[in-house]
Amino acid sequence: MANRITLNMITQRSIEEGVAMEKGKTTPEYFEACSIIEMHDDDVKALGLVPNQLVRVTSECGSVVVKTVRGRQSLYPGLAFIPQGVWANQIVPPRTQATGEPQYSGFPVTVEPANGERRKSALELVQGAVGLWRGDQ
Amino acid sequence: MPKKVENVGCPYCGVCCDDLVVTVSDDGKKILEVENACAIGNQIFHHATGGERVKLPRLRQPDGTYKDISYDEAVDYAAKVLHNAKKPLIYGFGSTNCEGMAAAAKVAERAGAVLDNCASICHGSSFLAIFDNGYPSCTLGETKNRADVIVYWGANPAHAHPRHMSRYSIFPRGFFTGKGQKSRKIIVIDPRHTDTAQVADIYLQVKQGHDYELFDAFRAVVRGHEIPEEVAGIRREQILEVAAIMKKARFGTIFYGMGLCHSDGRNHNVDIAISLTRDLNDYTKWTIMAMRGHYNITGPGAVWSWQYGFPYCLDLTKKDIAHMNPGETSSVDLAMRDEVDAFFNVGTDAGAHFPIEAVKHLRKHPWITVDPNICMASEISDLHIPVGIVGVEVPGIVYRMDNVPIQYRKVIDPPEGVISDEELFERIHRRLCELEAEEAAKGQAKATPEGVRAEE
Repeated sequence: MANRITLNMITQRSIEEGVAMEKGKTTPEYFEACSIIEMHDDDVKALGLVPNQLVRVTSECGSVVVKTVRGRQSLYPGLAFIPQGVWANQIVPPRTQATGEPQYSGFPVTVEPANGERRKSALELVQGAVGLWRGDQ
Repeated sequence: MPKKVENVGCPYCGVCCDDLVVTVSDDGKKILEVENACAIGNQIFHHATGGERVKLPRLRQPDGTYKDISYDEAVDYAAKVLHNAKKPLIYGFGSTNCEGMAAAAKVAERAGAVLDNCASICHGSSFLAIFDNGYPSCTLGETKNRADVIVYWGANPAHAHPRHMSRYSIFPRGFFTGKGQKSRKIIVIDPRHTDTAQVADIYLQVKQGHDYELFDAFRAVVRGHEIPEEVAGIRREQILEVAAIMKKARFGTIFYGMGLCHSDGRNHNVDIAISLTRDLNDYTKWTIMAMRGHYNITGPGAVWSWQYGFPYCLDLTKKDIAHMNPGETSSVDLAMRDEVDAFFNVGTDAGAHFPIEAVKHLRKHPWITVDPNICMASEISDLHIPVGIVGVEVPGIVYRMDNVPIQYRKVIDPPEGVISDEELFERIHRRLCELEAEEAAKGQAKATPEGVRAEE
C-alpha cells in the first residue's frame, strides 16, 4: 500500500457537470458532479482506499481535495479523470505550449489519502483564491 | 392557454438542435415544458424562469458585498474601466449571438483592447492547424446523408454533445444511409472507454498524449508502409483493420474533440488528423470536423474574421490594425504575464474554466462580468451586468459547428428591464465615445482604476 501515487490527469466535460452547470455552479448538484476523481480500481486499492473516500490531488501548480468515485467510463491504470470545472482548475497547469490552451489533459499529479480534510465549495475555492471569500454566506 | 413554440434552437452545444418544442405559460412568463432537448439543453430553458435571476447590474462594495445599480451606472462604470485601461481584455462569447459579438468588437476596437473568445482555451489549436493545412470538411447534413464510416477521436459526444450521434452521425437514416446505424461503421479512439465508446463497432484505447503517433501510423499504413507491432498502445492488427475500413468507406467523417486540442501536441495533433483526412481522399471521400463546444462558439470566428481577418486572440491595441498571435495575444498567456489591466468576461465563466493561477492574475485588475446567470466569474467581479439569454429571451444568428448559420428565436421575454448583449455593448460604445470627447476637450490624463477588494 502506497501513501502517495503519481498519475496522469485528464479533465473533460461530463454530462453530469453540464446539467449541474446550467442549474448553477453554487448548487449541490454541481458540487457533487465536479468535486470528484475517477481512477482505475488498481490505483484506488494501491492507496488503501475504497470509492467515496477523499483524496488530495496535487499538481505542479496547485492542490485540491476531491472524492474518489467509480466512474461508468473506465480508465486504464495510471490515468485519472476530474470533470472540467472549478475543482479541476485548481490543479490545471496554465502553460499553453504557445497556443493559448492550458494543459487541461495530460499532466502529472500525485494522489494521496486526505484524512481529516474536507472538500471546499466552488465559491470558497474561487473567491478564496482572489481574496473575496467571506465564509459561508 | 399554454402556447407551443416549434422549431426552437437550443443554446447549449455546437450541434445547435433546431427541433425543440417549448411550451410557454399563457401569460408568456414561464417555460412549462421542453421537448426534444437533451438533459443539458432542457436545464437551460427551465433555469431561465425556474430559478433566481439577477435583474439589475451589481457593483462590488468595499465590504465585499454587491449593491444593485442602474444599467446607466453600469454602462458608465464599464466604459470608464475600458477608457482608463492601457490594455483591457474582452473575452468569452461562447453563449451569445453574432449581433452581440459584432457590437463587442466595436467596443474593443474603440478601447484598443484584446478581443478573444472561448476557442482560445478550446478549439484554438484547430484554427492554427487549419491555417497551416486546410480544412477538408463538410456539413453535418452531408455526414447524415452520406457517411458510412464515422470516427470519434478524443471526443465524447455522449456527454458533451448529447444529440450529435442521434441527429447526424450514428443513428439517423439519411438519403444514402437509409439503414441508419446498421449502414454505418463506428470507430471510437480515446484513452477512456467512454459512453460514446459503448456504441462503437471498434474501440481503440490510445495511450493518453500519444495521438500523434497513432495518426502517423494510420498515415503510414494508408500509404503502404510498414509499422511497428504496437503504436500508442494499439496493436498493429487493429491499426491495419481500421485503416482498411477507412480506405473502403464510401464517405467518412472524423469528428475530433478536446482529446487532441488539450493534450501535448495541441495543434500538431489536429494538423496530422487533417493530413490523414487528405491522404484518405486519394482513395475515397473523407471529411473532418471539430466538435465545437458552445452553440455559437463558431460565431465569433465567423464574425471577427469578416471584420478583422482573424477568428480569435485579436490584438486591437492599435485599433483597426489587428494582429493575432496565440501564445502572445491569447487570454491565458496574457493573464499569466500580467499584461492586461482590465478584464471583461462575456457570456462565459473564466472564474470556473480558466486555471486558477490565471484567474488570480486577472483579478488584480478591474473584472466585469456580462452574463445572464450567477457563475464563478460573476461572484468575483467588480461589476456583474445581467443580460437576456440568447435563444430563450433574445433572438439572433448563431453558427453551428459546421459553420452553418441559423436564426435563433426567442420564446419568452427577458425579465423586465434586462437588456441584450448587443444593446449593452452599443451603449458602452456610445459612452466610450463621449468619454473620449470629454477627455479631448479637457486634456485629462488617464488613470487606471483599481478593482475593489473585500476587507481582510
